[in-house]
Amino acid sequence: MNPVITHKPFSMSDPVKSDPVTPLTTQPVAAPPAASAPAAPVEIAFDIQDLCIYYGTHQAIKNVTIQIPAGSVTAIIGPSGCGKSTALRSLNRMHELTPGARHTGKILMKGQDLYGPGVDATLVRRRVGMIFQKSNPFPTLSIAENVLVGLRLNGIRDKSFLNQRLEESLRMAALWDEVKDFLNRPGTGLSGGQQQRLCIARALAVRPEIILMDEPCSALDPIATAKVEELIHSLKAQYTVVIVTHNMQQAARVSERTAFFYMGKLIEYGPTEQIFMNPKDPQTEAYVSGRFG
Amino acid sequence: MLSRYDTYRKFKSSCMSGLAILCAILVVTPLALVFIYLLKMGFSSLNWDFVTKLPKPAGETGGGMANAILGTLELMGLALVMGVPIGLMGGIYLSEYGSPKLNGWIRFGADVLNGVPSIVWGLVGFVLAVAPMGGYSAFAGGMALAFIMIPLVLRTTEEVLLLVPTSYREAGLALGIPRWKITVNIVLRTAMKGIITGVLLALGRIAGETAPLIFTALGSPLWNHSLKEPIAALPIQIYFYAISPFEDQNRQAWAGALVLIVLVFLLSASVRVLSARRKK
Repeated sequence: MNPVITHKPFSMSDPVKSDPVTPLTTQPVAAPPAASAPAAPVEIAFDIQDLCIYYGTHQAIKNVTIQIPAGSVTAIIGPSGCGKSTALRSLNRMHELTPGARHTGKILMKGQDLYGPGVDATLVRRRVGMIFQKSNPFPTLSIAENVLVGLRLNGIRDKSFLNQRLEESLRMAALWDEVKDFLNRPGTGLSGGQQQRLCIARALAVRPEIILMDEPCSALDPIATAKVEELIHSLKAQYTVVIVTHNMQQAARVSERTAFFYMGKLIEYGPTEQIFMNPKDPQTEAYVSGRFG
Repeated sequence: MLSRYDTYRKFKSSCMSGLAILCAILVVTPLALVFIYLLKMGFSSLNWDFVTKLPKPAGETGGGMANAILGTLELMGLALVMGVPIGLMGGIYLSEYGSPKLNGWIRFGADVLNGVPSIVWGLVGFVLAVAPMGGYSAFAGGMALAFIMIPLVLRTTEEVLLLVPTSYREAGLALGIPRWKITVNIVLRTAMKGIITGVLLALGRIAGETAPLIFTALGSPLWNHSLKEPIAALPIQIYFYAISPFEDQNRQAWAGALVLIVLVFLLSASVRVLSARRKK
């Protein structure tokens, strides 16, 4: 399914080349293997150009240029304080909430400048959802109300539509069977893993195109983590997922591409397998083999 | 086997505990004594007439403080309607929208206003409402009480809103909900019990205020029919009856004081009930 990626990970605009290992001559001409067929260029979810983010005088992100493909899972890894969360939050304009935050550089989401003049941050965030490290269902709302809050507070009233979305979102979050009998219980009455899946259902209910996840499993036990990772797998087809994690094994499990950040810089970015098995940069190698981090 | 130091330490410890218990008793005793005395002096005068009849002319026995009881409730309602929205919006501004520099000044101003003697608010009400309207009125009384409530409600609202975790606001923003809707539907809703507690406490504070009402509501021996008329209130009525030379009126003043303290007690009790339910 994934087109073969060239060895220039930074630029997705290179024409897709056929895998040099596959011998074309032995193949029947009428049915070329999918890998060598000139596939349509992969849609870019985020085109980040020379991004620098400052909190006051401190520079958190230094000249990052990266292109994140749509319809797949991209992981951002790196030691604590390397700027992964900052980079992630800049993708849906959440870093602006910190006083003193400013940036230079461009972020294009599917071709549109996220920070262009006249762009409403609220509309950006409807298209780019976010899951946080600590699950935060609203305490005064029931499970059903939690899931639908994004729709209701944006003016959607049609009951049948809301009910349908409710069930769809909870099913996508693999939570429907567990909560369908008590949708009116308060959202905070669930276990940690269920609460995080509730937050995912809540984010999915507004049907964003892209989902950002900031260490979604760091507060969860292994079983809940496995459920969330399964969920991420199932979302892959329709959504673009960018996940920040400091658990390298998790990055290896869920993502197709991985970016390694260190001290605010993007050190290396490429297919997950390559980053972990065959990293090119010595710092990447040191991190993934556990020598620091 | 206790060493000499251990014995000394235990003795010091019991001394401190004893001192703390003594202080607690010192605080509660006057409270209990006042209440018991009020009960003793006022209970006998509390009867159905007292709660339903208007005051009789000086010198005559009988009658009641019905208009004063109703008047106090009416004035509290007026103060609520006039003061709570302003205090609430101010608290929301400080917590959700303000800038750090300006916030410091606003808080300072509110704290100063909280310490203003209530008689000054009465004068403000006189200047702003009584003089222009040409007469004492319930509206002026409500306004003076509202001035007392505003800084109180503002500070308690701000404190309660700051207690709402930022993660809820972030979650709301990440869903693409406009900021004002997050403030109203999520933040305010989460903090609602705390805000109500603050409002009830402010109401308890103004229930017994006398000085601001003397220049604004004036008091009255009649039922109040319009916001532009003077209105009776329990504290005013108690004051006039207590200093009066007529024994019957003095007797009724005790009963009035009892009713007033029961009212404040009920307000405080409802605050505790609300706080207790929040912990569930």
